[in-house]
Amino acid sequence: MPYQVKRKGKSAERWGKFWLRIRRNWQLYALLALPLIWLVVFRYAPMYGAQIAFRQYSPAFGIEGSPWVGLANFERFLNSPKFEPVIINTLVLSFYSLIAGFPIPILLALSLNQVRARMFRNSVQMITYAPHFISTVVIVGMLFQFLHPRVGFTASLAQLLGQSPPNWMGDPGAFRHIFVWSGVWQETGFSAIIYLAVLSTVDPALHEAAVVDGANRLQRIRYIDIPGLLPTAMVLLVLSTGRVLEVAFEKVYLMQSPLNLGVAEVINTYVYKVGLLSPILDFSYSTAIGLLKGIVGLILLIAVNYAARRMTDNSVW
Amino acid sequence: MASMTSYESNINKVNESAFDRVFMMGNTAFLTIITVIILLPLIFIIAASFSSAEAVIAGRVTLWPVDFSLLGYETIFEHKKVWNGFANSLFYTFFGTIFNVVMTVIAAYPLSRQDLIGRRVITIAFVFTMLFSGGLIPTYMVVRDLGLLNTRWAMILPTGIGPFNLLITITFFRTTIPPELIEAARIDGASDFRTFRSIILPLARPIIAVLALFYAVNTHWNTYFQALIYLKDQDLFPLQIVLREILIQNSIDASMLIDIEDLVAREGLRELLKYSLIVVASVPVMIIYPFVQKHFVKGMMIGSVK
Repeated sequence: MPYQVKRKGKSAERWGKFWLRIRRNWQLYALLALPLIWLVVFRYAPMYGAQIAFRQYSPAFGIEGSPWVGLANFERFLNSPKFEPVIINTLVLSFYSLIAGFPIPILLALSLNQVRARMFRNSVQMITYAPHFISTVVIVGMLFQFLHPRVGFTASLAQLLGQSPPNWMGDPGAFRHIFVWSGVWQETGFSAIIYLAVLSTVDPALHEAAVVDGANRLQRIRYIDIPGLLPTAMVLLVLSTGRVLEVAFEKVYLMQSPLNLGVAEVINTYVYKVGLLSPILDFSYSTAIGLLKGIVGLILLIAVNYAARRMTDNSVW
Repeated sequence: MASMTSYESNINKVNESAFDRVFMMGNTAFLTIITVIILLPLIFIIAASFSSAEAVIAGRVTLWPVDFSLLGYETIFEHKKVWNGFANSLFYTFFGTIFNVVMTVIAAYPLSRQDLIGRRVITIAFVFTMLFSGGLIPTYMVVRDLGLLNTRWAMILPTGIGPFNLLITITFFRTTIPPELIEAARIDGASDFRTFRSIILPLARPIIAVLALFYAVNTHWNTYFQALIYLKDQDLFPLQIVLREILIQNSIDASMLIDIEDLVAREGLRELLKYSLIVVASVPVMIIYPFVQKHFVKGMMIGSVK
């Protein structure tokens, strides 16, 4: 027996047990070692490096050697003419996406849940999930082709109807609508999966009782299915509200053109351009903007979660 | 879900009111409309990709190929860059997914063990990265300082473990492997390594399938951002970057269009090529998609248990 601590008082005994448990599981820690190293190197080292937001980083001095400048980088962003449009664009795109994209999957799930014909149900599911698996580059490429003023579907349709073809991709006013509704097109089916899963766990006895009481389908949806979905919907809403500053970088960046930059420049694309694309790379400034976004996002998530817990008893943690 | 369907049909044979029948018709119509809306752009793209360049440029294609032709596909198959991108994407997806799955599983199993001291802290350390990150530039600097810039490693190592995937794997282990089983193995004298290899891994097959799919499609095949910031060398570019050049930036190797003298026809081929490329790029995922669809659904369900 490795455990032969003599009576040395309670705390010593507890420590002995503690070490015994760790020693006994050493192989589990060995399995965890590689993932932990990865976590530290690729996730936590960047958090340490984010301190350059408070320095004037220069490659010659490195992270620790560059001079401190306090909040100068943050002030520069808050006072920059870019600040207002970038924040507004980010928030408008996010909330528009949220408002359009949140209820439709719920509607689809409720509706699909009513269908008993297996063939029909499976085909609808198969087709509606499919766009989720198309890459962002291809989706945006499809948008360009589909809405092309000359060779697009909209152009052909306009031609058939004797109208002049629209040029939506070149119209800054249409950018937000195209971004949001193509997102809805792509993700509605896949987002509905989770609600369908929850609906399948609703106690059948509730429905049976409701039918006995003479409830029609709409009433059963209203009083059984929707309340059943509410906790899940709440958690997802909290999560997406916490992410309003994280507009899908990949898609926005691909959809940007000199024409629509006024409405299409968001925090993430701006961070990328300042940090890695501009003629004078400014690591510190870019990091400061990214850090500000990260911190505000975290506070937002905690606040929304707190509010959701107080008001509805449903929260992420 | 099967039991639910049978009980539903029992009830509805007995009393299906007039209201419910009308409601169901409306419901079917609603689902049909949604399905058609989702299908429409896909059908248009496929139709255009099989049309002639002249029909495409004249905007005559709607939902059926006009002047059926394979010219777009023929042109793509001669495009070396596309093939190179395809090969690179396969490489990154294959090795990247193996790396992701191994890392996730060897992290998830210890973290699913209730008797592991420090389990909560470590799990939170992983989950925290879902809520907050060092940011684009600091991550870039780490990759740069490790000397990974412009190497194939940059496409694989930084992806590591997705916190969401880790969570569903932990949940899977916790809900499907009874602690008694592990205890029994221990009593029989099996070490944790042995238990992991001989008992846990065989039982983990379903979750490994789900993880492989999530990582392969979401982390590797369909992304371009990682390549955009870490790679400079054309020969290393994955397919998505090549697609971006052609579909979004409209830069097509002029030598591909040289045989065609007529300006309009050349312009037509340029567009036709894009339609065919969209189809070709989506085909690999779309072919395996029907087979893996239910696994994705299962993964989402495990994730929602939490």
